[in-house]
Amino acid sequence: MGLIPVLIGVPAVIAVLLSLIRSEKVRGIVVYAGAGGVMVLTLGLLFSWIQNGCEVQSLYVNTELVDHLMMIGEAFLMCLIVFLSIKHRKILPAILSVAQTGLLFYVELTADLPEAEHMTVDRLALLMCVIIAFVGGFICIYAVGYMKGYHHHHKEFKDRQPFFFSMLFLFLAAMFGLVLSLNLIWMYFFWEITSVISFLLIGYTRTEEAVHNSFAALWMNLLGGLGFAVGIGLAAFQLHSVQLTAVVEWGAPLPLACLCLAGLTKSAQLPFSSWLLGAMVAPTPSSALLHSATMVKAGVYLLIRLAPAMNGTIVGLMVSLIGGFTFIAASMMAIAQNDGKKVLAFSTVSNLGLIVACAGIGVEETVWGAVLLMIFHSVSKSMLFQSVGATENCLGSRDIEDMHGMLLRLPKLTYIMGIGIAGMYLAPFGMLISKWVALRAFVDSENVLLVIFIAFGSATTMFYWTKWLSKLISQHHARENVTDVTRRDEYLSMFIHAGCMLLLCLLFPFLSTGVVDPIMLELFGFAHSVLSMDVLNTMVIMLVSVVIVPLSMFFVSKAAHKQLVPIYMSGVNEGDNRYFVNSFGEPEHLYLSNWYLRYQFGMRRLMRPSIYCSAGILIVIFCLILGGAV
Amino acid sequence: MAKVSKSPWLLHYDASSCNGCDIEVLDCLTPKYDIERFGIINTGDPFQADILLITGGINSQTEPVVRQLYSQMPDPKVVVAVGICACTGGVFKECYNIKGGVDTVIPVDIYVPGCAARPEAIIDGVVKAVQLLDKKREEFLSQKHGKN
Amino acid sequence: MMQALSVIGYLVLAPLAGGLLDGLDRIISARMQRRKGPPLLQPFYDLGKLFSKQMIAVNNVQMLLNLSYLVFLAIAGSMLFAGKDILMCLFILSTADMFLIMAASSDSSPYANLGAGREMIQMMAYEPLTLLVAVGFYLSTGSFQVSDIMASPVSAVMYMPGMLLGFMFTAAIKFRKSPFDLSTSHHAHQEMVKGLTTEMSGPTLAIMNIAEYYEMILILGIFCLFILNENWWSWPLAIGVCLLTYFLEILWDNACARLKWKTLLYSCWFVTLLFGGVNLLILMLLK
Repeated sequence: MGLIPVLIGVPAVIAVLLSLIRSEKVRGIVVYAGAGGVMVLTLGLLFSWIQNGCEVQSLYVNTELVDHLMMIGEAFLMCLIVFLSIKHRKILPAILSVAQTGLLFYVELTADLPEAEHMTVDRLALLMCVIIAFVGGFICIYAVGYMKGYHHHHKEFKDRQPFFFSMLFLFLAAMFGLVLSLNLIWMYFFWEITSVISFLLIGYTRTEEAVHNSFAALWMNLLGGLGFAVGIGLAAFQLHSVQLTAVVEWGAPLPLACLCLAGLTKSAQLPFSSWLLGAMVAPTPSSALLHSATMVKAGVYLLIRLAPAMNGTIVGLMVSLIGGFTFIAASMMAIAQNDGKKVLAFSTVSNLGLIVACAGIGVEETVWGAVLLMIFHSVSKSMLFQSVGATENCLGSRDIEDMHGMLLRLPKLTYIMGIGIAGMYLAPFGMLISKWVALRAFVDSENVLLVIFIAFGSATTMFYWTKWLSKLISQHHARENVTDVTRRDEYLSMFIHAGCMLLLCLLFPFLSTGVVDPIMLELFGFAHSVLSMDVLNTMVIMLVSVVIVPLSMFFVSKAAHKQLVPIYMSGVNEGDNRYFVNSFGEPEHLYLSNWYLRYQFGMRRLMRPSIYCSAGILIVIFCLILGGAV
Repeated sequence: MAKVSKSPWLLHYDASSCNGCDIEVLDCLTPKYDIERFGIINTGDPFQADILLITGGINSQTEPVVRQLYSQMPDPKVVVAVGICACTGGVFKECYNIKGGVDTVIPVDIYVPGCAARPEAIIDGVVKAVQLLDKKREEFLSQKHGKN
Repeated sequence: MMQALSVIGYLVLAPLAGGLLDGLDRIISARMQRRKGPPLLQPFYDLGKLFSKQMIAVNNVQMLLNLSYLVFLAIAGSMLFAGKDILMCLFILSTADMFLIMAASSDSSPYANLGAGREMIQMMAYEPLTLLVAVGFYLSTGSFQVSDIMASPVSAVMYMPGMLLGFMFTAAIKFRKSPFDLSTSHHAHQEMVKGLTTEMSGPTLAIMNIAEYYEMILILGIFCLFILNENWWSWPLAIGVCLLTYFLEILWDNACARLKWKTLLYSCWFVTLLFGGVNLLILMLLK
């Protein structure tokens, strides 16, 4: 298992390298090599672990040197945050950072902690590693092509690509560290790195909006970090151990709630959702990386780890309520958005809400659903972000209204986007199955509110995806042609994502029995198949039919002889389907808009009440726990 | 069994009528005359219609519209001109803006005269149109099979 | 064996039964309006005519999407009649509906687009209650499997009368009946022409109609599930309740004008929360 330091070290070294390279060509080669290297290393780790018999391994008992290095690192991060906060005259992040770092130093220096393992390799961690390495790696490759196009279009922003790529790789390194850590103090260190890097990436363009949003993201994540630090402190002084597994077994409400707070902020649950929505100002690869592969998944990962301890407790109730509420509130607000990336952001928040709700219930079935949701969400959301980014570079806009008839203008990108959207909500694809299992488990756990949340939430989810999809599929010949300027790096990444998505759906039964069931075994100590093989096979048949039915119908309908006529516009088409004669007898351009229901579901109307509601839940339950009612 | 005759669907278009004939057309839908008992439906959509029912003479504004609606109807189809204006242009025939009857623009199969045409006459015209539809359908089908 | 028979029965008989019900509907509606109305077999005459018409289309994908709509509806219905998981059946039903929306919006025409948008609103309006109904079945009979629900000792409606009432309310959307027939319309001279079927003609429209018949029988099948239990007499009772429900929908259709989408959405969600939610709460407390 000597591979772990290498796995964390290699991306870190590449990050340093990339910050020094100025030539675009060399940078491209290094990124390709780095991403490939990370993937190979992950596979290596996976295979060596399989050869060792697929057992949970805990490693690194004596790590004094590394501990000290980490303390220096934390001090450095704190100084960086304080410096930047003062520079931009923001006081809150500085206070939060100083408080949590001080608290952690106090714990590390005074608490009596017996030596124990610091890292662990088990199935869940490895699954996360594979997601990070592959989804994250391909996003880095995508970024090579994307950033060229981005700076070609946005000449107003300073070209800071060396910094950008360096941060991407450092991010990957931190994420590997985070998911492999068993010791909470180590995990906290990597956690802080991801917070700071996301802050730096969001502020990439250095516009006023970007800086403002980046600080919003920073303080919210630091608040979660503070919760993390308090949780560690409590565990260290009361339990005399900061091992994740020990804390889960211990299950004391307050530290658990503090750690969950960290998880909730990181996974952008209400009332902390706004940082992720603001993060959309950053270039697309960083939003893809922040949203799909890594950052937000870190919060979910922590919550899934804590899930066994949350079953039936008040903390579990808090987490599942917040998650369920976020699921429905975010999916409602997504309806009113016409900016493609905003829709994706809201949908991310909403899907994460579902995962969080599953983790909060904390029984085997829900966690099974949560893990599967996480896998499918990573791949399809990353794909969607990339295709929206590429579309923006081609059309010069990421407004969904401008994507009208994109099937005829940018067919390849549309297919990728279509697969991504279908994967997010349609019947036989993975997301929906996981949702199905989640619904069943919510019913079994007798939580009426959650059942109602999921019933309404899936209706609103369906609405905003369907209207996007119907926009894409319109057979409308637009006035001006667009050229597909998507680069080969971008297509490489997107095609592989699309292939993965389809494969994951096809291999769903194996994924369930071979990967997710054993994870349940590790987390809960027992596992029975949540879905019977019969159902799983039905699923695959369904999936095949989703591909085969339209395909065979394609040939059937092609064989039918038909005459094409203009669309019905009360008989006043002006020659083609683009113009009609208006009441002044002049040609008018036909413009078809989607439904946004802004007044009913707009952010302005719903955001504040939902923040108050969810903050209320958090505060009440924290008071209950502090007051010792539980 | 001749099928079209059992379910002829109408598209009603007012080319430049004074609305007298239109009222009579709508009259046919009322309980007293109830054309639905013949399976007739007044659709608003050329894509689904078999019979194009036009009232009023054709003027320069409605000419392209009539052409387009006619082109959007699938074969077999029949055109019925309802009222004297639709048949010949009527009292407006010599007007500067009137082109004449419907047959100046598209082929008309059945003429229903009258000012305004009475519902009985309209129903009679439609029934004739239905018989014609059956004939046209056979021609259409034999043509279609001949092609294959 | 019974399963296969029942699925084949559904696939063959559903369009026939749907067509007959539609014919009956048109006669009853006509009588309510003091008219004679068309013959009982009118829907079949219409289908025959539509299939014999020329194929005209505005693009090359609409037919494909319409056929997919039909096939997915048939699959969803088959799942119900094969006694499989009802939740899965409902999910496939919404996938099928999605294909109809795609078919309409592929036209890129004003009226079809309007109809497609309203159809989406309708889906959003009825979807929560259908999910809650499935959950209600699970809570009252202990299983999502249709075959188990049918074999329970007591009819599900004894536990979930609220859900039945709510479902009767939202089913008007699925039957495309008057207060809620926003997305397509059986009457001429309306602001949205024929809604999402505006550009469908001849065989394409016939396929859409057959799919609607499949859907109608599927929804009536769910109504049956409320009543069915292990006793034989529940079968005639269930069919009676279906017919009664359908009659009430016709009555409602003729007595109401169409609503705006806002009223539709809010009223459906309100009914869902009131009837579905409260019923669900009681069921969970009883458990």
